[in-house]
Order: sequence, then structure tokens, then C-alpha cells
Amino acid sequence: MRPAAQNPAPVISVRDLHYRYDDGTVALAGVDFELQPSETVALFGANGSGKTTFVLHLNGLLEGRGSVEVCGMPVKKETLKRVRQKIGLVFQDPDDQLFMPSVLEDVAFGALNLGLSPQQASARARIALEKVGMIESLDKAPYHLSAGQKKRVAIAGVLVMEPEILVLDEPTTFLDPPGQRALTRLLRELPQSKLIVTHDVDFARSLATRAVFFEKGRIAGEGPADRIVEQFHWDQKQYNRC
Amino acid sequence: MHHVVLERWSRGSSFVHRRDARAKILALLAFLAVVATTSRSFEWLAGFYLLLLLAAVISARLPVAGALRRAAVVLPFSLTFAAISWLSGEPRHAALLVGKSYLSALAALLLVSTTPLPQLLRGLDTLGIPGFLLMVAQFLYRYLFVIVEQGRRMRLAGLCRGGLKRRSGGFRAAAGALGVLFARSYDRAECIHRSMVSRGFQGHFQLLSSARFGFADAAFVCVAAGLPLAASLAARFRG
Repeated sequence: MRPAAQNPAPVISVRDLHYRYDDGTVALAGVDFELQPSETVALFGANGSGKTTFVLHLNGLLEGRGSVEVCGMPVKKETLKRVRQKIGLVFQDPDDQLFMPSVLEDVAFGALNLGLSPQQASARARIALEKVGMIESLDKAPYHLSAGQKKRVAIAGVLVMEPEILVLDEPTTFLDPPGQRALTRLLRELPQSKLIVTHDVDFARSLATRAVFFEKGRIAGEGPADRIVEQFHWDQKQYNRC
Repeated sequence: MHHVVLERWSRGSSFVHRRDARAKILALLAFLAVVATTSRSFEWLAGFYLLLLLAAVISARLPVAGALRRAAVVLPFSLTFAAISWLSGEPRHAALLVGKSYLSALAALLLVSTTPLPQLLRGLDTLGIPGFLLMVAQFLYRYLFVIVEQGRRMRLAGLCRGGLKRRSGGFRAAAGALGVLFARSYDRAECIHRSMVSRGFQGHFQLLSSARFGFADAAFVCVAAGLPLAASLAARFRG
């Protein structure tokens, strides 16, 4: 048995998670997963394999059968407020997340919901915007921003809640290569544990310390990103050779 | 689009821009009430009201021609009803209808062109307008762009495949596209709600800054509401 210092408590612990949609589709069929502090894990898998359903369970947006713990707290109605402060969920389409009339108000939205005063929320929002390099745009309306800028503001919108874990759903969608490189640099600088749902193998390789492969609602394999990509023939280049 | 320009105007800096949203809303309501109840000597009073509005437009550093042109957006509607009045033998009533609707539109335009939407909604909220209604207005404003852009892409896709022509069932294609747009908007609404809930939303928007109603705001309401009211009363007593 390893000493406790070398085996810290996971920030996310999921045991035997099952979920079935109302139409009968089984989305998750017994998922076991752990995310360690400071770890970056990529979630691979085909469309419909259960990746997004899985991450929606992590902050209680969906409720399945099984156990989900975040920072030692079971995800249930009584703990939702604290759990949602611990997990920052960045959605695939930033337009779904940026709904306030100005960038500053959007970023401050989460902080205000935590019960901070407007002054504190504004100060935190400015710090978060500074971190993602968007402080110059705080008065702009979200629809005036490029896709890459929107993504940065969406990340600032969760950083303002000072989460311990970042969950990003397809973060490179809508981004051009410079936007992807800028996002990679930004994510490398952020100290939080990260869970990244992605089809972008190169992006995952450049960030993830571990990869997990979803198949038919289960984790079919996990390990170093290169090995998982090889094992499940998940590299775009391999398909191009076919 | 109209609201892109209006938003740019609303982020300006002038005496009118700096006034509390509630002051401008109250002044607008008073102005609308005065215009609506003016009947006698309207021909002369309309000129005075227009001068007042133009003075406000100039002091807010808005482009006069642009503001006058944008306020004309109500004319197709009011001219329709004015034509009906004209045809039924009430030409003065028709002229009143057109004049009043144009002045009211210009006054409302002045409010939205000098008040950023968050402040406007906050002002309406503190004046007792139901929060749910304001939330709907805010989301409509924010997502109008996204929906229009989706619609534009669908139209292009339809045109690329030779659709949207009358002979080849263009109406059916447009109706189908509208249905898809509705379904997508519904899906998006669910995603937006999820993103709000995941950031701790519990059914009520918290405000980032609180508004202050100062002496200058009170003075602004008195002048902006008092001048048209005084003119209207003076015309009534004279007439």
C-alpha cells in the first residue's frame, strides 16, 4: 500500500454510474472513474458514447444511479451549491454560456450567484478576465467577440467561481489553429485539475496526462493518451490512410 | 441590424447617457402621456415636441438624421391605420395618428439609444416591471443575433440546393426551416439553462452594480416631463 502523501484523495470519484434517457437510450452503463488533483484527463469516444452525459453528472445537471463525489462531497441536492462552485463546466458552444449583455456581467454572473457583493464579484471578474487575456473586452457585448475570445470569456466565467476542477466539453470546436494554440497555452497555465471531452487528438496529447476511452456508456480503456489513441485507432491520420 | 447600432449609441457618454435609467423611463412615460392626450393645437405643439426631442438627441451626441430615420420604423404601421382614418373621412385624426406615433417612437428611441440594456432592464426592474418579462427581453436581445445567423446559414444551404423558389415548393421549405429553427432554439434554451444552473443560478438575476438616483436625475425628470406638459397645458388654456 502506498503512503497517503503519494496517493491523495481524488477530486472526482465516480462509482458504477448508470443513466438512461427518457426515451430508453442507455447513455451510461456502469462508469467508474477517478480524477486526481492537478491531473488533466482527456475523454475520448465516438459521438453518443456517453462522454457529455457523464460530465453533466459531475455537477448534478443529470442524476443517474451510482455514486458521484466531488472534492469528497457526494453530489446531491443539499451539496449542489458547493459542488457547482468546485466544478467549472465550460460548454461546447460558448454562445450557450455567454448570455449576459456584457462580458464583465457575464463573467461576474457566477460570482454573484455565490453570494458575493457586486464589488467583490466585479473585482473577481476582472481578475478572471486578466487571467484569460480578455480584460480589454470587459465592456463589449459577447456577440462582438470572435469564437476564440468567446471561449476565453466562457472559461473566465467559470474561473471567477474559483473552482478546483475544470470540465471542458469539446473546447476546440469553432476554433481556428491559432485559437487552439492560444487555448492550449491558457489551459497549461491554469492550475486546476482538468477533464477535457474532445475529439481533437493532438490537443489532448499536448495537455492530458491520461486519457479515457468511452464506448457504449462504459469506460473501455484508460492510460497514457498515446497508448489509448493507438489502442482504439483514434488518430485522424490513421483514418486518412485508410 | 438596428440593435447593433442602438447598442453602440447607448454606450456613449453625454449628460443624457449619464442619467439614471429610471429618470429616463419616467420622463419617457410622462412624454408619451402628454403626447397621447394632446389634441388641440397639435400642429404647433408637435413642432415644439419635435424640437425638444431634437435638442435631447443633439445633447446626447447622437446622429440626428440617423435617429430620425430609425424612428420612422413605426410609419408603415401608423400610415396603414392613418389611411383607414383618412378614407373614413377623418383626415385630422389620420394626421394626429401619424404625428403622435412618430414622436413617441423618437422618444422611445432616445431612451434605448442613451441607456445600455443592462441599465434599462435594471431600471424597469426597480420600477416594478415583472422580472420574468425582463428576463425574456434580455434573452431575446442576446440571442436574436444567434438565431438570425442560424436562419441565414439555413437559407444559404437551401439556396445551394436550389430550394426556396416558389415553383419548387419554396413556401414548404421555408416553413420547414422555420420549424427546425424553432427546435434548435428550444435545444439551445435548454443548454443555456444548464450553463446558468451550473454557475449557481437559482432563478433570480443578481445585479453587478446598484443604480443611484441623484439630484441631476430628479432635475432631468422635472425638465423632460415638465416642458411638454407646460406647453400642452398652455395650449389648452389659450385655446
